[in-house]
Amino acid sequence: MSAPGVNASGLATSGEGPLLQVRDLTVEFRGQTGRVAAVNGVSFDVRPGETLALVGESGSGKSVTSLAIMRLIGKAGGTRIGGQILLRRRNGATVDLLAASDPEIREIRGTEIAMVFQEPMTSLNPVHTIGAQVAEGIVFHRRISRRAALAEAVELLDLVGIPEPRRRIDSFPHQLSGGMRQRAMIAVALACKPGLLIADEPTTALDVTIQAQILELMQRLQRQTGMSIVFITHNLGVVAEVADRVLVMYAGRIVEQAPVVPLFGQPLMPYTQGLLRSVPRLDMAGGVHEELHAIPGNVPDPTAMPPGCAFHPRCAHFQPTVCDGAVPALEAADPDHSVRCARWREVSRRVPASQPVPA
Amino acid sequence: MTASPPPVLEVDGLVKHFPIGSGLFGRSRDKVRAVDGVSFSVAKGEVLGLVGESGSGKTTVGRTVLRLDTPTDGAIRFLGNDITHLTRSQLRPFRRQMQLVFQDPFSSLNPRMRVDRIVGAPLAIHEPGMAAAERTQRVEDALAMVGLPRNSGERFPHEFSGGQRQRIGIARALMLRPELLVADEPVSALDVSIQAQVVKLLLDVRAKLGLTILFIAHDLAVVGHVSDRVAVMYLGKLVEIADTRTLFRDPRHPYTEALFSAAPVPDPTIRRQRIVLTGDIPSPINPPSGCAFRTRCRYALPACAAEVPPLREVAKGHLKACLRDDLELVPWQDAPRDPARPPAVATPAP
Repeated sequence: MSAPGVNASGLATSGEGPLLQVRDLTVEFRGQTGRVAAVNGVSFDVRPGETLALVGESGSGKSVTSLAIMRLIGKAGGTRIGGQILLRRRNGATVDLLAASDPEIREIRGTEIAMVFQEPMTSLNPVHTIGAQVAEGIVFHRRISRRAALAEAVELLDLVGIPEPRRRIDSFPHQLSGGMRQRAMIAVALACKPGLLIADEPTTALDVTIQAQILELMQRLQRQTGMSIVFITHNLGVVAEVADRVLVMYAGRIVEQAPVVPLFGQPLMPYTQGLLRSVPRLDMAGGVHEELHAIPGNVPDPTAMPPGCAFHPRCAHFQPTVCDGAVPALEAADPDHSVRCARWREVSRRVPASQPVPA
Repeated sequence: MTASPPPVLEVDGLVKHFPIGSGLFGRSRDKVRAVDGVSFSVAKGEVLGLVGESGSGKTTVGRTVLRLDTPTDGAIRFLGNDITHLTRSQLRPFRRQMQLVFQDPFSSLNPRMRVDRIVGAPLAIHEPGMAAAERTQRVEDALAMVGLPRNSGERFPHEFSGGQRQRIGIARALMLRPELLVADEPVSALDVSIQAQVVKLLLDVRAKLGLTILFIAHDLAVVGHVSDRVAVMYLGKLVEIADTRTLFRDPRHPYTEALFSAAPVPDPTIRRQRIVLTGDIPSPINPPSGCAFRTRCRYALPACAAEVPPLREVAKGHLKACLRDDLELVPWQDAPRDPARPPAVATPAP
């Protein structure tokens, strides 16, 4: 989608502005050895009708961010959530999801923001029929009869491409294949026509041919409904396929943010560059084995974060004090392209994305 | 492939059926045809990739060639010896020469054992007379070879990350310097940046030790990167096998073509003309007659239902199981980007 001119810090609330604005989101869990910040000062916008991909490895904070948007993180056990998540509601009002009352959240969840999870087997209830689970949200939010809701459920199952929907509303999740279950999950999420769909690794558990079906389905539904999608994944191939803009997360922080083409074409953060080079490409198979570039080391332990830039112990461009002194700021390299790296100017000049990093 | 040295592994008409439920008089009626007539061979030092979706039988092939499962029919020859019907004790001398790397580095290491005991276990079993000092030395060497600190043996599996645990699993598999390594989805549980490390490690040890690897995975790009030759499985059968370059550039089976076209490419300026297969992989309990893929194949003819197409050579070293020779298949076809999603910056000229 072509984005309307929104500056990253402006809290625009006009009809053209972002649908969702996350501001300085911080989520801290209490662990055995003290507080652990799973998400650390994350800010981004979701624009109407766009697909924003959230990319990162395990422990990057991408799933915690999505759960915070859904207000699915409880404050029990000493968990601290800070910042703001501003949603522009259908009625035009802007609400901070972190401060909203429980009844208001229940009203928003399902109707304005919905979520699709990774594992359709564990996120659908095994003892209720597919039809009942799709109809549940419709009955809850719109207070119409069960019969009318089931009739809508049939239409929804048809919309997501489940064959014989009239029969399938009486099926239980275990009677469907993985791909069909994920379609049913999407039908549940779309039941009340949300403006924002959060999809947390929706195709990771599926085979490639089924993944292609689900991605195509999500893109078709987005065209039909105009909804925004936050697509969380670690699969860069899927990102290239579906995203308009990409947020790369590492160790709880955003490290790079850009529209999809420049992100893949001219990545600025060494971590993004490394990730892109560590993915084997189908169209280069059977070539030289040495081409593949691996990022050395491991994702940092959240209880023992390295000082300064969290990526510095694995980075080929590491320079003492510059990189391990202070946490670098997220800088705008371009109006629409921001990067968190103290040395991005030198790094991006010296190393075009297509060349290997000298060891 | 050179024909001179005998293959490390030869599989001939391998069949593995699992009975399910039991009918009247305790006789089993239905069976899952997990592997239904698979033949291939792996030459010394070669990496053969085995790709397929879930339910295609690729894991069962891996387990059966290691004789962790007993085949229902067919023959398995390892270094020229027929091991199809050997008993446990007869298999024992072969076991040390064939090892397995598992998918999940969390469940495949005993959490209550120290790493030196895990990695040294093959020595304890196969070389019970070895002196303790030598065993310690061998364990340290193995850990060093996979890129772990030599003193990692004193620690427990939970102290390591996923990628490091997979290295421990590889160190254990390499302890006895096996001839054949079966790697069953060795990187699919790992983070992207770690996958590349483990892939490089496997290629590295294969070069160092002259290892022969059967690399089982669903990720085509990884398989293409690692393998010398690739075999594609669908519903218990091989549908195509060729050297990697040929298979990726000139696939001859419609299923291979569809698999390639379904795989997402990490390049937003490329938009694929996608062949989206309809439906799911059929049940291996009651597979379709004739060609098992015909129910999802866009080129299927009535003749495809009549008989099972044999795997036959279409070019030197390139075999496929498809009736139709008149197809012009392409691994992928680029199409202009979706006009609804124009690139944010100009696409670089090719």
